[in-house]
Amino acid sequence: MPLLLEARDLQKHYGEVKAVNGVSLPIKEGTCFGLLGPNGAGKTTTVEMMEGILTPTSGQVLYRGEPLGTRFKEEAGIMFQSTALQDHITVQEILNLFQNLYVNCRPQAEVIEQCALEDFLNRDSKKLSGGQRQRLLLAISLINDPQVLFLDEPTTGLDPQSRRNFWDLVHTIKTQKKTVILTTHYMEEAYELCDEIAIMDHGQVIASGSPYGLLKEHFSHSVLSLPATEVPKDISSSLNLTMHRFKDKIEIFSDDINSTLQLLMQNQIPLDHLQIRSHTLEDLFLELTGRQLRA
Amino acid sequence: MSNISLKRFIAAFIARNREFLRDRTAVSWNIVMPVLIVMGFAFAFTTDSSDLFKVGLYEGKVQSKPQLQHFLDTDHIQFIEISDLQTAITKVERHQLDMLLDLKRSRYWINQTSSEGYILERMLGNDGGALKKQTVSGDAIRYVDWLAPGVFGMNIMFASLFGVGYSIVRYRKNGVLKRLRATPLTALEFLTAQVVSRLWLILLVTTLVYAGTNYIVGFRMYGSYLDLFLVLVAGTMCLISLGLIIAARMSSEEAANGILNLITIPMMILSGVWFSLEGSSTLAQKFALLLPLTHFNDAARAIMLDGATLVDVSGNLFTLIGMTLVCMAAAAYMFRWE
Repeated sequence: MPLLLEARDLQKHYGEVKAVNGVSLPIKEGTCFGLLGPNGAGKTTTVEMMEGILTPTSGQVLYRGEPLGTRFKEEAGIMFQSTALQDHITVQEILNLFQNLYVNCRPQAEVIEQCALEDFLNRDSKKLSGGQRQRLLLAISLINDPQVLFLDEPTTGLDPQSRRNFWDLVHTIKTQKKTVILTTHYMEEAYELCDEIAIMDHGQVIASGSPYGLLKEHFSHSVLSLPATEVPKDISSSLNLTMHRFKDKIEIFSDDINSTLQLLMQNQIPLDHLQIRSHTLEDLFLELTGRQLRA
Repeated sequence: MSNISLKRFIAAFIARNREFLRDRTAVSWNIVMPVLIVMGFAFAFTTDSSDLFKVGLYEGKVQSKPQLQHFLDTDHIQFIEISDLQTAITKVERHQLDMLLDLKRSRYWINQTSSEGYILERMLGNDGGALKKQTVSGDAIRYVDWLAPGVFGMNIMFASLFGVGYSIVRYRKNGVLKRLRATPLTALEFLTAQVVSRLWLILLVTTLVYAGTNYIVGFRMYGSYLDLFLVLVAGTMCLISLGLIIAARMSSEEAANGILNLITIPMMILSGVWFSLEGSSTLAQKFALLLPLTHFNDAARAIMLDGATLVDVSGNLFTLIGMTLVCMAAAAYMFRWE
């Protein structure tokens, strides 16, 4: 697949602070690319340079092989992390405003239906709920039928139901072969939506690839989880298992679940509250940085 | 900046109009405040009664006429040094001066319809026997006639500076500018939409306020309404472009508020909104000429009170246009979306 957007060695410095320090990202056309990392990792700064909102200290962003220009603005849809809209304007009027700012637009009815805005079209945008507001912001970013869609932490602050609904919307957009660039600190969201990801920390990309590929590359085992109160403290050395304490639980890393379970039963450890799970991107971040993602 | 798109300009223009017109507090304030001030002063000064007489002294030292010393020592008479005789005579015609003394040529003027002039002449009595009487006539200019252009100017100043300057700074702070920047809308289109939107709204509000207060109070209007409207356009454009400079880069509403106050308060005091600067220090008068509101007030008053034409106020008009061009160029150069 050809590259639609490419960041080459982007750097953004604020005085002595290197917010972004040498980030290169190739974004293939028609994929959903996720930029992951904790708050302050440099995700938003990176993505805003790629959107043409921030000027890099050094480095370059290319859209279809050319520096960002008028064509990019016409073909890009952007949903910022936090956006205020003009006061005293209804949802319908906001859509009209943004539709008139572009040369080519999708039929407004299509966008309204896709983002389920019908019920509050005549409502003042200040009086929308969190989920409704996010759908309106997504609709604004879709109004010009963009070839590349930027979603900067789109579900932050939403309740689980609204987040699920938003993911469904993004899935629909993906089926239309749009290129999506998503920043998030929700690993579950990245795993659900992204074809490729890059994990950032301290202004740099520390790992990149497909979510499945990255997990396969870094982890070969599963995780067995038991309440810490039900596992004797000195059992780790006697059983020769790799385990660590996580909050009020003991997590055991196992390449062979059957033999591990037999070992636990032989040592009369109760398995009533046993949980078995695969590794997540959260584990990957912990593995790469030694820190919890949301710490 | 790419070429301006009429479609994008109109979209931004309409959005700004809606935002202002639906903000009931802002609209009410823009209309109610000047009406209240004009009406308040109109009623407060309806009697024109005052125990303070104003006497102009033209080219004469007090010592040169020792027989007038008794008159010149009278309490409750304000003696004002006059340098321009013709202007002073006009003020006697308008009852702005109750008497004018030319001590060098031994003559004095009073308005024959002025009760204050009559009383002063009686007070001058025998002491003034050596002075030759000159009479003029003319209707008094009420304080409200003099005040009205200043109040309209002040309202335009607040609506322009805060309406454009403060609004754009707020847009920058809360991310509206950032969102618009991500679209093909250019800075030129955005700024032009803000300026044109604010201009026509101010013209509309000022016209309504003028018509409403004029219906009740009945202003003195000796000049052309078209000339007054052109001065209104020039003054508004100048003050809006000054607001654009404030809006060019700032993102702190508190700092913008402080700077806007720093600009508006001197104009409110020194640009002749409430009182004339005549008699104040030369430095204050010269400083006032740097303020756009001074030129608007002077031109509007000259048209309304003296029947001046555009040629007569061309100095003020060209100054306003010049200031507009300089401020616009500076704002365009300085403007940043971020």
